[in-house]
Amino acid sequence: MQSKLEHDFGTPESHAKESVTLTIDGMTVTVPAGTSIMRAASGAGVQVPKLCATDSVDPFGSCRLCLVEIDGRRGYPASCTTPCENGLNVRTQSPKLADLRKGVMELYISDHPLDCLTCATNGNCELQDMAGTVGLREVRYGYEGHNHTKSQKDESNPYFTYDPSKCIVCSRCVRACEEVQGTFALTIEGRGFDSRVSAGMGESFMDSECVSCGACVQACPTATLSEKSIIQMGQPDHSVTTTCAYCGVGCSFRAEMQGNRVVRMVPWKDGKANHGHSCVKGRFAWGYATHPDRVTHPMVRDKITDPWKEVSFDEAIQFAADKFKSIQTKYGRDSIGGITSSRCTNEEVYVMQKLVRAVFQNNNVDTCARVCHSPTGFGLKATLGESAGTQDFDSVMDSDVIIVIGANPTDGHPVFASQMKKRLRQGAKLIVIDPRSTDLVRSVHIEAQHHLKLRPGTNVAILNALGHVIATEGLVKEDYIASRCDVESFEKWRNFVSRENNSPEALEPVTGVPADEVRKAARLFAAGGNGAIYYGLGVTEHAQGSTAVIGIANLALATGNIGRRGVGVNPLRGQNNVQGSCDMGSFPHELPGYRHVSEKATRDLFGTAWNVTIQPEPGLRIPNMFEASMDGSFRGLYVMGEDIVQSDPNTQHVIAALEQLECLVVQDIFLNETAMYAHVFLPGSSFLEKDGTFTNAERRISRVRKVMPPLSGLGDWEVIQKVAQTMGYPMNYNHPSEIMDEVARLTPTFHGVSYEKLEALGSIQWPCNDAHPEGTPTMHIHEFTRGKGKFIPTEYVATNEKVTKRFPLIMTTGRILSQYNVGAQTRRTANVAWHSEDRVEIHPVDAEDRGIVDGDWVGITSRAGETVLRALVSERMQPGVVYTTFHFPESGANVITTDNSDWATNCPEYKVTAVELTKVTQPSEWQSNYKRFAEQQINFLHQAEAKA
Amino acid sequence: MHIENLVYMINQIESFYRSDPEQAVAVEGIRNHVRRFWEPRMRKAIIAHLETGGAGLGELSAMAVKLLAEEAAAVA
Repeated sequence: MQSKLEHDFGTPESHAKESVTLTIDGMTVTVPAGTSIMRAASGAGVQVPKLCATDSVDPFGSCRLCLVEIDGRRGYPASCTTPCENGLNVRTQSPKLADLRKGVMELYISDHPLDCLTCATNGNCELQDMAGTVGLREVRYGYEGHNHTKSQKDESNPYFTYDPSKCIVCSRCVRACEEVQGTFALTIEGRGFDSRVSAGMGESFMDSECVSCGACVQACPTATLSEKSIIQMGQPDHSVTTTCAYCGVGCSFRAEMQGNRVVRMVPWKDGKANHGHSCVKGRFAWGYATHPDRVTHPMVRDKITDPWKEVSFDEAIQFAADKFKSIQTKYGRDSIGGITSSRCTNEEVYVMQKLVRAVFQNNNVDTCARVCHSPTGFGLKATLGESAGTQDFDSVMDSDVIIVIGANPTDGHPVFASQMKKRLRQGAKLIVIDPRSTDLVRSVHIEAQHHLKLRPGTNVAILNALGHVIATEGLVKEDYIASRCDVESFEKWRNFVSRENNSPEALEPVTGVPADEVRKAARLFAAGGNGAIYYGLGVTEHAQGSTAVIGIANLALATGNIGRRGVGVNPLRGQNNVQGSCDMGSFPHELPGYRHVSEKATRDLFGTAWNVTIQPEPGLRIPNMFEASMDGSFRGLYVMGEDIVQSDPNTQHVIAALEQLECLVVQDIFLNETAMYAHVFLPGSSFLEKDGTFTNAERRISRVRKVMPPLSGLGDWEVIQKVAQTMGYPMNYNHPSEIMDEVARLTPTFHGVSYEKLEALGSIQWPCNDAHPEGTPTMHIHEFTRGKGKFIPTEYVATNEKVTKRFPLIMTTGRILSQYNVGAQTRRTANVAWHSEDRVEIHPVDAEDRGIVDGDWVGITSRAGETVLRALVSERMQPGVVYTTFHFPESGANVITTDNSDWATNCPEYKVTAVELTKVTQPSEWQSNYKRFAEQQINFLHQAEAKA
Repeated sequence: MHIENLVYMINQIESFYRSDPEQAVAVEGIRNHVRRFWEPRMRKAIIAHLETGGAGLGELSAMAVKLLAEEAAAVA
């Protein structure tokens, strides 16, 4: 159902530059051309009655309630479908209009249950409101005729109910599914009186193609589509605008509340990243915040084989501080470190890296971007001069040709995918470069012009082949390169990429992609208008991840596709604050704002502000920490909001390293897999319990607002601050806004950022400074951050992870729509209804060769380890390639992945692991051991809780 | 630090930079990358490895580590 806490203008906003002036009910109104009379009236404070119109979808003109009178026009035009024109004189009220509207309402109400007092939408029902607005006092037709009031509810979706008895067939849900989400799962079934909303071909919502984004629910004017949380709890009384804690799209939501209790999350219409849209995770999967598994008391223990003991924050922090100090005394200053998280706010990440640099006095800080987008930081800094994407999301609406490489946005970044699909339906061309047939390759009203279905691990080869065609067929934008780029580097790249060994024909045996298809794709991208490249972890998580990012930048530069709307290099960040955690100085070689620790001026700036000496040498990356732990020179680690045991590759190696530590501190909302190896557990707070900011994939800084108090009593930044204080460092912030003020003082790209400005503007895309006081939607417009755009040759080097007779298949990993990352949040929601286990997808030919049928348990063996998953036989895979997700710890997906990593950043090569699959009947040895260990650790937790 | 891993890592770095037609530029690229991104323990270990023969190091990697060793000696 719609939200009563947000104004509905009835029809979408017009962005036309020209304006028109008309008169509505005697008032002179000026609006952008193309604005409907309904919207113009609404903006002027006149609410024309309506039912089938809502401002998230195009007008439809079916309910006949919004009729108006216009001087000089015959009849009663619908105000939703009639655009404003200069000089119109419109009346929204007259006796005749009142009569017509009352007649319409009589018909609607004659086939509608009159259970308003016990209806979930009581007080928030547009039908009820309209009955009141038109002054409905009787229904001349009675209620006894043929009607739908006994229709059965569809309760199949875990989050919302479909009650056809309350449907007025306004089609708002159907249009929302088409226009906003782009799934086309809903339709109107039947004709005339029999017309009803239907999911798919008369299926239940759960069995249909519905992706549970909630757009239909949001659009519904009655109780037909209602959130179950509203049915259970009742209507919210206030709302707080905040930012989603899931993927890198960073959707704005209004948390609709009753006191401190969340009733529902509704995507904010004015959110600049999502424009009022959402996905199943952000919209519905927030129940984890109050899940019984939350650990809300600090705990300590001497050994991981000991039971936990609940203690106060002061005791736990003293315990940790003493351990860290003692380790440094014994093993040296560089023997401890910290890991920040992209699931935490900018302010939390900033104070965490400050703790490491100012209190631990070293640079041993790293972040989970190490295992996802660290190559983006490296590659884009090297070529463009800034470790960030170049556009805002809205830019895609000006793209003519879109390359999606190594990304599956309909699953990983669904809200942006909906916007991209809208542009594709308008006619933009699409090139997909992916080993799998992702949904974008072919879905309703969308078909990629070219799907370059390459072999895993050959991104650089395909990028070089595309570059070869552009360089050798005269498709290079010479004038752009002459004026914007480092010409010497371009010539070097052109010579390199023009070599015969980089031609599509020469590389066809490597990539498996027909050369002719590559040539066509290259020509389309170079000559098809505004060309934009979107990429994800399918690019970065390779031994040549950084090389591929550089290759993407080379293509964009060569075709002149950076520096304006509709183009650009666009990394789709996996987690909500990957960009922000990197911006805040989480890497061991960089201070906030991507300034290398070797730069004395930057060190002095921070050193003076923090009253310490900043070390000039880079610290340890996460995998280096593991190595150093194994050799005995690294003995203490503070992990905030990350689950490295589940998310990092080669689980056995990670665990072995953690077992060597003398003090592992984990700060998290759950006793996650890493916490099972910890000595100190500090309870964290969910995004609903904190103030701060997240920075999404388009560099957009958005406020996170506390809607309920932290369950543990302290926000994460306060916990870190207490650790710093206990270790003897005076860290004394009173509010996260003071942390952001410090970031702004010390970081040029953030100089203009403040909570006050965020409040005024809603969100800000950095750089935000004197030159760009309201932020920067498009970067590198006149020149690149580094001055001239730099080309860098990208030699293709085959991965060392080779297929052999023993390991003949390549396994690649990814995520699914309903689950998020290690699943700690989504596994504790009803999203498990869609995905309750990780499965291994295998092509029918490979399955048949091994006697595997759908649903069989199969052992997956790699050079690193073995695990067992159920098989999903699917033609989405190409023969020779298998695929799995990593959302469940018991799956052990990372037991199989290896230590191979990107040459520049050590980002793991998750996307290429040589494996063999065999049919089995029991779990792997690792899984059996894991089960025993996890049960023991959960028992330790329960014992501690029982004692407290 | 497992020296085999460090050797593997620096050879990977070499595989990126060796496409540069000028060998000196490639060697400088490797040296600069290691200096900017490797923690001192790792640098010390790879220098020590070169001093004991440098088994497994690629040609350009060895040259880059030699530069790093000279630089470290100059600072000391």
